[in-house]
Amino acid sequence: MLQIKDLHASIEGKEILKGIDLEVKKGEVHAIMGPNGSGKSTLANILAGREEYEVTSGSISYLGEDLLELDPEERAHKGIFLAFQYPVEIPGVSNVYFLRTALNEVRKSQGLEELDAAQFLKLVRKKIDLVQLDKSLLNRAVNEGFSGGEKKRNEIFQMAVLEPKLAILDETDSGLDIDALRIVANGVNSLKSKDNATIVVTHYQRLLDYIVPDVVHVLFKGKIVKSGGKELALELESKGYDWLK
Amino acid sequence: MSTEAEQLESLAQQEYKYGFVTDIEADALPPGLNEDVVRIISQKKKEPAFMLEWRLKAYKRWLKMEEPKWPKVEYPEINFQDIIYYSAPKNTPKYNSLDEVDPQLLETYNKLGIPLEEQKMLAGVAVDAVFDSVSVATTFKEKLSEMGVIFCPISEALQKYPDLVKKYLGSVVPATDNFYAALNSAVFSDGSFVYVPKGVRCPMELSTYFRINAQNTGQFERTLIVADEGSYVSYLEGCTAPQRDENQLHAAVVELVALKGAEIKYSTVQNWYPGDDEGKGGIYNFVTKRGIAHENAKISWTQVETGSAITWKYPSVILKGDNSIGEFYSVAMTNKFQQADTGTKMIHIGKNTRSNIVSKGISAGRSNNSYRGLVKIMKSAENARNFSQCDSLLIGDKCGAHTFPYIEVNNTTGRVEHEATTSKIGEDQIFYCNQRGLDTEQAVSLIVNGYCKEVFRELPMEFAVEAQKLLSISLEGSVG
Ligand SMILES: Nc1ncnc2c1ncn2[C@@H]1O[C@H](COP(=O)(O)OP(=O)(O)OP(=O)(O)O)[C@@H](O)[C@H]1O
Ligand SMILES: [Mg+2]
Repeated sequence: MLQIKDLHASIEGKEILKGIDLEVKKGEVHAIMGPNGSGKSTLANILAGREEYEVTSGSISYLGEDLLELDPEERAHKGIFLAFQYPVEIPGVSNVYFLRTALNEVRKSQGLEELDAAQFLKLVRKKIDLVQLDKSLLNRAVNEGFSGGEKKRNEIFQMAVLEPKLAILDETDSGLDIDALRIVANGVNSLKSKDNATIVVTHYQRLLDYIVPDVVHVLFKGKIVKSGGKELALELESKGYDWLK
Repeated sequence: MSTEAEQLESLAQQEYKYGFVTDIEADALPPGLNEDVVRIISQKKKEPAFMLEWRLKAYKRWLKMEEPKWPKVEYPEINFQDIIYYSAPKNTPKYNSLDEVDPQLLETYNKLGIPLEEQKMLAGVAVDAVFDSVSVATTFKEKLSEMGVIFCPISEALQKYPDLVKKYLGSVVPATDNFYAALNSAVFSDGSFVYVPKGVRCPMELSTYFRINAQNTGQFERTLIVADEGSYVSYLEGCTAPQRDENQLHAAVVELVALKGAEIKYSTVQNWYPGDDEGKGGIYNFVTKRGIAHENAKISWTQVETGSAITWKYPSVILKGDNSIGEFYSVAMTNKFQQADTGTKMIHIGKNTRSNIVSKGISAGRSNNSYRGLVKIMKSAENARNFSQCDSLLIGDKCGAHTFPYIEVNNTTGRVEHEATTSKIGEDQIFYCNQRGLDTEQAVSLIVNGYCKEVFRELPMEFAVEAQKLLSISLEGSVG
C-alpha cells in the first residue's frame, strides 16, 4: 500500500532524510525506532504532507498514487492519519465539533452522506469507550489544557472515529502511564484489519509488547540502517544504538 | 488575486434594497447643507417644533466643530457639501423573480442560510403574496403593544410620543457631543425608537428587520432605546447579508437608557461594503453609540464588525447608578484595505459598578485594526471593577493590529485589569486541521471562529450562527 523509494528531504537547506526505502503492505504493522533527531517525525510529517519539508528526490506511492502530488487534506481523505507527537491546541473550537467536521470532510470526499449531530454522537459513544477517554474532554476546546496523556488519547480517539487506512503514530506512547499505554494499544489493535496498516514511531520496546509489529526499522541519521522482526526491538533495548553506527 | 476574493467582491457589489416602503411623496434635495436643508428635513417629517429647534442648534454647533483626527484611519477629505441630506426611499422592485438576480449573490445568501423569501426581499425582488411581511410584522407589533412596548420608526415616535422622545433624545449623546453626532443630530433621517415600560420583559428580540416602513434610514440613522425600571429588552441591529449603499458616509447615533434595574442587550452585525481590492468606494462608518445605566441596571454591547472601508466606533456605557454593569463584546475583522478603529468607553460613576470588555480583532490582507478603549473610574465610584481583554489575531504579514488602552483611576478602591495578546494563526494549527481533512480555508475559518467564541456566545443564538458564517465568508481569499 505504501512504497517509499530513495527519499531525500531537507528543511531550511539542511538534509534530514538521506535515502529512505520502505514498503508497507496492507494488514502490516511497522515500527520505526531510532535516536532523537534521526528523522522519524520528519518522515511522518512528510507522509502527512507538511509543506515545510522539501522532498529533494525519491518517490512515495500510496495505493497506486503519487502521494507527493496530494495536498495534506487529500491525503487525509484517502485514509492517511497522523497521530501527532505534539498534538496542537485550537482554542474555542470544541473537540466534538472539530472531529465531526473532520469526519464529514472525509465522508464527503468519499461521496458519503454527512453525519448530523445525533448520528455523530452515537458513533462517538461507541468509540470513546475504546480509548476510555474522559467524556468531559469532548466538549472542551481541542487539546486546550489537556494533560500530555489526554492529548495522546485524544489522538487515538480521533483515529478510532476516522478509521484511517494508514495510521502513523508518532511517539503516541511517550508520556503515557502504563494503564494508558495498554488502553491506547488496545485501541490500535481493535482497529487493525487486513485492509489497513500502521506505522508506529517509538523509543520503547514495551509498546511493542502490546502492538506487535511485523517489521522493526532503525532510522539513524536519516537512513534506515537495519530492519528486522520484533526481536530487533529487544536487541535495541539492551544494546542501544551504538553498535549500528 | 484569488477567484474567491473576486467572487466575494462582486457579491459585495450587488446592491439591494428592501422593497416595501411607501408613502413619502418628495424625491430628493440637491446636495449640500445649510439651515434651510435642516428646516426642510424637519418639515418633511412633520416634526414637532422642539425638534426643529434641536436640529438647528446642533447644526450651528456642528459648523464650529472639526472632524476628529485622532483615530488611526486614513481617508481622503470628505466634502460635506457634496452629500445629499434628504432623499425619499426608493421602493420599486428591481427584479420580478430570483432568476434575474446574480447567481453569485444568491450563493452568498445560501451560504448565510437566508430563507428564500427573505432572499427575495434582500435582492430587491418583488415579494409575492404568500409571504406577507407586513402581516408578519403586524402580528409582531400587536403582541408588543399588548405589553405596552413601543417599537417604531423614530419619525413616527416624534409624532405619537413627542414627550417621551423629547425627554430622552440627546440625554445620552448630546447633540453637540462630537462632530459626527452633531451632524447626525442636525440631519438624521430616521431610525428606531423603543420604549419598554416598567417591569416588562420584552418577549422577543427586537430586530431592525421587522421595523417595517423604516428601511432606507439612510446614512444618518438615529436610534433611541429606553428601558424603564426593571424592564428587559434585547435589540438586534443589522443584517449579515452584504450591504452596499450609494452613500459613502454613514454617521449613526444610538442612545440607550437603562433606568433602575433595567437591562438592555444590544447586538450588532455590521457588513457594509468594504470597498474594492484597492479599498476604493467602501463605506465610511462613523458611529456614536452610548448607553447610560442607572442604579442596578445593565447594558451589554455585542458587535461583530466585518464590513465598511473605515469603521470608527466606540459603544460606551456610562455607569451612573450604583451597582450598574456595562459590558462590551466585540469581534472586528478587517481584510484587504479595511481600517477599523473601534473599542469602548466605560465610565464608572456609581459605587460597585462593574465593566467587562472582551475585544477580538482579526486582521488579514493589508488591513489595519485598532482597539481603543477607555476605562475611567471617577472619584465617586467606590469599589469599581473593570476587566478588559483585548486580543489581536493576524493573518498574513501585511496587516496591522494596534491596541490603545487608556485607563484613568481616580478612586483608590477601584480595580482595573487589562490583558492583551497578539497572535498569528499558527502553521501547525492549520496543518493539524489539514491532516484531519479540512482544507486551509476551512481551517482558518474554524480557528478564527474558535478565537471569537467568547463574543459569539453573547449573541442571540440565530445571530451567532449567522455571524459565524459571515466571518467565514469574509475570510475567503485571505489565505493561501
Ligand atoms: N522546522 C525545523 N527547522 C530546523 N530543523 C528541523 C526542523 N524540524 C526538524 N528539524 C531537524 O531535523 C532533525 C530530525 O528531526 P525529527 O523531529 O524528525 O527527529 P525525530 O527522529 O523525530 O526525533 P525525536 O525522537 O526527538 O522525536 C533534527 O535535527 C531536527 O532539529
Ligand atoms: Mg519525533
